[in-house]
Amino acid sequence: METLGFLMDGFAVALTPYNLMFALFGAFVGTLIGCLPGLGPANGVAILIPLAFTLGLPPETAMILLTSVYAGAMYGGRISSILLNIPGDEPAMMTCLDGYPMAKKGRAADALAISAIASFAGSLIGTLGLIMLAPVLARFALTFGPAEYFALFLLAFATLGGITGKNPMKTVIAAALGIMISTVGIDISTGTQRYTGGVLELYEGIDFILAIVGLFAISELLFFVEARMGKGRSKVNMGKLTLTFKEIVSTIPTQLRGGVLGFIAGVLPGAGASLGSFISYTLEKSVLGKKGRFGEGDIRGVVAPEAGNNGAASGALVPMLTLGVPGSGTTAVLLAMLISLNITPGPLMFTQNADIVWGVIAALLIGNVLLLILNIPMIGVFVRLLSVPPMYLLPIVTMVAFVGIYSISHSTFDLYFMILFGVGGYVLRKLEIPLVPIILGLLLGPEMEKNLGHALILSDGDWTTLWSSPLSIGLWLVAGLGLVLPTLVGPILRRRMRNAIKEGPVSD
Amino acid sequence: MFFKTTIAFAAAAAFSMSAMAWEPSGKVECLAPADPGGGWDFTCRSVGKVMQELDLVSGSVQTVNMAGAGGGVAYAHTVSKRKNDDKLIVAASTATTTRLAQKQFPGMDASMVKWVGALGADYGIIAVSKNSKYENLNQLMDAVKENPRSVKFAGGSARGGWDHLKVLIAAKAAGAEKLPSIPYLSYNNGGEAMTQVVGGQVDAFTGDVSEATGFMESGDLRVLAVLSEERLPGKFGDIPTAREQGIDALGPNWRGFYMPKDTSAEAQQYWVDAVDTLYASDEWKAVMKNNGLISFHPKAGEFESFVTNQVQDIETLSREIGLLK
Repeated sequence: METLGFLMDGFAVALTPYNLMFALFGAFVGTLIGCLPGLGPANGVAILIPLAFTLGLPPETAMILLTSVYAGAMYGGRISSILLNIPGDEPAMMTCLDGYPMAKKGRAADALAISAIASFAGSLIGTLGLIMLAPVLARFALTFGPAEYFALFLLAFATLGGITGKNPMKTVIAAALGIMISTVGIDISTGTQRYTGGVLELYEGIDFILAIVGLFAISELLFFVEARMGKGRSKVNMGKLTLTFKEIVSTIPTQLRGGVLGFIAGVLPGAGASLGSFISYTLEKSVLGKKGRFGEGDIRGVVAPEAGNNGAASGALVPMLTLGVPGSGTTAVLLAMLISLNITPGPLMFTQNADIVWGVIAALLIGNVLLLILNIPMIGVFVRLLSVPPMYLLPIVTMVAFVGIYSISHSTFDLYFMILFGVGGYVLRKLEIPLVPIILGLLLGPEMEKNLGHALILSDGDWTTLWSSPLSIGLWLVAGLGLVLPTLVGPILRRRMRNAIKEGPVSD
Repeated sequence: MFFKTTIAFAAAAAFSMSAMAWEPSGKVECLAPADPGGGWDFTCRSVGKVMQELDLVSGSVQTVNMAGAGGGVAYAHTVSKRKNDDKLIVAASTATTTRLAQKQFPGMDASMVKWVGALGADYGIIAVSKNSKYENLNQLMDAVKENPRSVKFAGGSARGGWDHLKVLIAAKAAGAEKLPSIPYLSYNNGGEAMTQVVGGQVDAFTGDVSEATGFMESGDLRVLAVLSEERLPGKFGDIPTAREQGIDALGPNWRGFYMPKDTSAEAQQYWVDAVDTLYASDEWKAVMKNNGLISFHPKAGEFESFVTNQVQDIETLSREIGLLK
């Protein structure tokens, strides 16, 4: 009941016209970002961060904007999957399998509508799960001491590669890069400067917002300039909406299963939305067996992955908000934003910044209603925007990135630094080194170091303190599993995923 | 003879007239050495607002943020690029003197600027959880004296930062030895540190009184002492000072200003007077009350020596704990 009261307060925050306006804007831009192939949700949120600073938004509004973008991107990913057979983002990959065949049969409008409903259901289930689970987990997190936190961060790093990660070595390199960058500046446990080379601007360390905007947004711009500077795509014919109420009702069990599975996948560290949509698709396939015609445009083949990836998106917020450990790339970017707004995620946030936490959760619920409205009657707008040449979008994004970063600190040094990170990000992406582990290294590295130091001070230098409580032993075990499992199960899962896609239709 | 005197007199009068009359024309700049939203930014913005309300400046006061190196970037900027700009004041606090004392602004020291004045302070406290066995500061410090490793402190600043120094100031005043052995755990902010103390992971909290208001009111935190000269006003009146418990430790985290070195004496006098007038005004008292600031205002002319002494004290302490070689 206490939770309900907080949620009501959250609605009071989220329903102010000002915040509602930004939720709507975020939902719109998020959907747009999601449907542009190549521009994933993590990049989308990173691109929008400077905007929050440019406009000088208060913390709760900034977070509402970014979570709406996040939710929107999860909706938007399906649009290009269905219409073009190109996933708008990674989690929307599975939506291609039955979405595109539906479109080829002239049922594109139906596929878009039902997938919007499925996204809504998945997201709703995920958000309800978040509302129930987060406060409990937050209270539980209060029992965490430095040793437990150290084990938790270890777990986060161990599961970083995730089950779907491609090259573990590259993940390690990326995480190490992130940790290296994070060591620049004052070391709070000794009070000494590290790797600053006497440059005053480096004394407080490297601002991770700067690194994120550079790595994601600026490198994205460079990629766009390189690959997609040309004309927009030709307009796609959507067909008429023939979806019946009966059809929608028939997919409800699928929506529920997908949403719940997705949520669980999202909460687990290292899994994320892509796995959420994959699991729900394969489960649906095996549950229905021969009754379904998967791969040929079965409506449930569109519903399952969309409910799954949207459920997972909300689920990934749980560990981020309660423990300060992000469950996915996008939540890592959101975490960075929270920290730079001077809000420490974790149990404390639920008491000290209750208005922000619950405002964001309420905004997620409101955002979903907005998204449903945006994505069914107004879907034509996005389809048309899909064919806008990027040359019109690029200058706007570039301007916002520069103005935003400049407005944080009013320092031209930061702008040069951001460009440096952008070029670095471009090179790393060319080398296929993932960027998300860099951000995680940057965010979690110093926390892990700090907690190790604290644990050792508290135990007077006794290292066994690190595995002396049942909780920390449990975390060490899960971390061990997280490190070993992907090498055993990962290849099998990946092969299955690939096969599933091969079975699907190839674009002609 | 007569002529000479007259001329001298006239010159002196003209000089003093102009001294009386010097005031910045046009826009005045207040440099906040941090991002918007922090303490220094608050100092600039609220002072600028009240100065305009009181007509202490003819034009407007513009706050300019220049973050970096904990104020070092702004300090270097003032010392090198703005050294004779008499329309510039820069927000400062104990964090500034701490970094100056610990040579964290390379090649710069406290004598390279003019210290204008202070406008209030947030006082240091030492607190424990409500379940702690320590009932007063003496019990806590006796435990420290007996075994320096027996009480673990948590605070929101880096090792050697102001929160850590307050522990050392109190321990030193209580007669403790082996200051470097007193364990100090640094957290990202006071709130995080307090949670660990309230949660029972760490023994004692060191911070400023404004940070602890929430946990104090909920009863989770027992404040053993405030490091002020006298008891604080209002709701903080129940907290005993360290002094009244026989431990002569002071820890004001003051808010104030410095200005460039090569400015005229008249300009300096103008700003010192402006800060005095501002401090005495009702408008400023309201700002202080709303933001948890408590009175702290060394008399004109004494602030410079206060800063010098504070820098020296911190330097000595930092040497004792091995932070400075």
